[in-house]
Amino acid sequence: MLNLTINKKAYHVDVDPDTPLLWVLRDTLGLVGTKYGCGVAQCGACTVHLNGEAVRSCVTKVSRAVGQKVVTIEGLAEKADHPVQKAWLELDVAQCGYCQSGQIMSAAVLLRENKNPTDADIDAAMAGNICRCGTYLRVREAIRLAATSQRKAGNG
Amino acid sequence: MSRRSFLKSSALAGGGLMISFTWLSAFTPAGREEEPVPTGKWVEINGYVKITPDNVITILNPNPEFGQNVMTSLPMIIAEELDADWQKIVVEMGPHDSVKLGPQFTGGSNSVRMYWKPLREAGAAARQMLRDAAAQAWGVPVEEVTTKAGMLYHGKSRKSGTYGSFAAKAAGLPIPKGVKLKEAKDFTVVSRSKKNVEGLKIVSGKPLFGLDYQQPGMLIAMVEHPPAFGLKLKSFDAAEALRMPGITDIFRQKLYEEGFEQGGFDTRTFNELLVVVGKTTWQVMQARKKLNVQWEPAGDIKDIIGGWGQKREVVVPGELESTDAQLQKMKEYAAKPAEQLRKDGDPETVFKNAAQVIERTYNAPFLAHNCMEPINFFAHVTEEKALLVGPLQAPGWTEPTLAKVLNLPADKIEIQMTRMGGGFGRRAYGHYLTEAALISKKVKAPVKLVYTREDDMTYGIYRPLYTATYRAALDANKNLIAFHVKGGGIPEHPIHANRFPAGAVDNYLAEGWEIPSNVTIGAFRAPRSNFNAAAEQSFLDELAEAMGKDPIEFRLELLKRAKENPVGKNNEYDADRYAEVLKLVRDKSGWNQAANQKYSRGVAAYFCHNSYAAHVVDMVMRDGQPYVERVFSAIDCGIVINPDAAANMVQGAVIDGIGNAFYGGLTLKNGAVEQRNFYNYRLIRMHEAPKKIDVHFVQNNIDPTGLGEPPFPPVFGAVANALYKAAGKRFYQQPFGPQLTNTTAL
Repeated sequence: MLNLTINKKAYHVDVDPDTPLLWVLRDTLGLVGTKYGCGVAQCGACTVHLNGEAVRSCVTKVSRAVGQKVVTIEGLAEKADHPVQKAWLELDVAQCGYCQSGQIMSAAVLLRENKNPTDADIDAAMAGNICRCGTYLRVREAIRLAATSQRKAGNG
Repeated sequence: MSRRSFLKSSALAGGGLMISFTWLSAFTPAGREEEPVPTGKWVEINGYVKITPDNVITILNPNPEFGQNVMTSLPMIIAEELDADWQKIVVEMGPHDSVKLGPQFTGGSNSVRMYWKPLREAGAAARQMLRDAAAQAWGVPVEEVTTKAGMLYHGKSRKSGTYGSFAAKAAGLPIPKGVKLKEAKDFTVVSRSKKNVEGLKIVSGKPLFGLDYQQPGMLIAMVEHPPAFGLKLKSFDAAEALRMPGITDIFRQKLYEEGFEQGGFDTRTFNELLVVVGKTTWQVMQARKKLNVQWEPAGDIKDIIGGWGQKREVVVPGELESTDAQLQKMKEYAAKPAEQLRKDGDPETVFKNAAQVIERTYNAPFLAHNCMEPINFFAHVTEEKALLVGPLQAPGWTEPTLAKVLNLPADKIEIQMTRMGGGFGRRAYGHYLTEAALISKKVKAPVKLVYTREDDMTYGIYRPLYTATYRAALDANKNLIAFHVKGGGIPEHPIHANRFPAGAVDNYLAEGWEIPSNVTIGAFRAPRSNFNAAAEQSFLDELAEAMGKDPIEFRLELLKRAKENPVGKNNEYDADRYAEVLKLVRDKSGWNQAANQKYSRGVAAYFCHNSYAAHVVDMVMRDGQPYVERVFSAIDCGIVINPDAAANMVQGAVIDGIGNAFYGGLTLKNGAVEQRNFYNYRLIRMHEAPKKIDVHFVQNNIDPTGLGEPPFPPVFGAVANALYKAAGKRFYQQPFGPQLTNTTAL
């Protein structure tokens, strides 16, 4: 039995400790917002937060998450109102939408660490997240928008 | 009780009012998800509209959504004519029911084009029935009954009522014919940007996609396919794999029996697969590594292909092909006589006597679709019926095949369409439903078939390998007097013989040739056009230069000729609309402004899927590599339903085009695909995307045509032409990227 804390909730799972976190989330716990895209940390669709850091859950053994804090797209904000999620909706970023939870999870860490990212900062932080529909321009713009609203909220 | 559970229970008690509802499918544009429960039953006004007595109006989207926004834009068309309040309606994915909901396929940029009229009529008819019902109830002439935002009014008597209060009565009235539709100037929903109705679910990670679908007791299945085209399964030893945790079954599964007549979209790559079934995805992945499998040469295979009233036998050669050898073979074929597809004038003589002949050959590789959501499908097949759930572009094309292989009547097969994580043509080919269904039948359990990324990439239905040689004859005054294109491919040629510049040149010849192959190919975003636009638009650029003309003005001259005095018959394009997008992109990009000449600029325009698109690509050198910094796009697809979403799709098509022009390519070695995942199949990433893509739509009131595909092909040409300016030399082989890495001249 492994004890996990995901989105502030405790879970006990009986799985092989080598199982990637991705498949525990999806198959065992039914948290399917975290996506499978490549399985080899190339596309970023499976990005989650492990103790606040963006990790690729497809190559992160579940044993690494034991006793740690995991946040998935479902738990990023209780009412799906994280500044990044709001910006994504405001600019209607998604096309097919499949990669977007990974994009959002990467962007959320970027904005926590860097309140005012330049385009170069955004490009560097988001280079690991592939969008096959090509929504990159809107992803960039949404990150800028989220940064602005986050700064405003912080100052206000 | 939430609306979702209400819908479920009402489905059980539905009494024919409620058509099948899945966990996947209800959304409100305002982003509300779990709603207070409306009481009462749904009243179905027609296949697309149902209303509760307390006025919850639900619009069903008939067509599969793969990112082209139909889940939003098709209901917008209905809401427009129905006069419903967009912020209050519920949008639901419709069931597969082509009697009620029309053709139901996503492909050929046809969704909006084919549904425009039927959906307007459905919305208008529903509104008319509600007005008739109110008029009868109020005892007033129907002409005096007006509507606004889901309400009915009679001004003189100051009576009013909701659509919901008259829905039951309306549903019993005859369906009116020939209801007058709105004029474009009166639109209040169409051509106004509306947010994606599934946006909130997407950003909050709710289950939406086929891969997200789960059922109690569901097993996971994966298939081991031959490692190379031309091989087949010989034997296997699964003893060790079967001992792995969670593994329930390993067996070989044939798709089609000998003599099976395949439908046009039954294209399948391998007819026999080794199936591994287990409890979880990871367990099945691990067990696959322990399989001991022998493969053997498949030899030539005879396929019987039916569909569209035709039946033909195709011999699929058994050779283990390599791309180097394929390219060599294509050179040999290109030198042989080919099938004549169109001829105007006397091109042979004119070429012989020309003052100058320019000849260039272009190549483009196989491409994998690489949808972000790998191929998957859920199936639960019993003796009596089959339920299939997942991502598919055209349920109606696969259902007859399922009926045959499962030996079930079509009405016992239910296909539910989930949102797709990309499609690009790949999911028009439903072989994976057949696989999932047969596996479920065999293991007698609900099963989700899942391809890994590697399976998805190496077991594909690719964009063909293409080549084309273009020749132009110029007279002593550098006028274009003859044009010749000869194109070929593995296994199909790319030529659209009646497209521009056919019709604009007196002497014209188009020819095609094909080399059979066992590499499975199929539709890939703008089939054939995605190569032609690259080759032809690069060639026209080179011609303009040779003639000392501006590339846009040169194209406009040709289009003027095609308009005023067209050559030949069956020219597919409208020269005015074609010219219009070129002029628009010229003006919006400041093509002639000195300040913009610091960029390496490339232009291209193309017509396909009933729409017109032109791009200007502005390239700069960045860290010694060419980078597309900004793009201007001009599109004529008629009336644009949802402008902001449409612009998003055009921007995406531009990025997709840049990515594939620079990096896309799939190669074979002894029948095996050499690329396995994104570490060796390069896709464009954030930092390689332009800073800006300005999208401009031609404003007109022409019925909408397509948009998913048309903006894509000309990107390749515009990139190639900009690259010439940046690099000082022309590139004829896609992808361009690998050649640039090796070019010190840059």
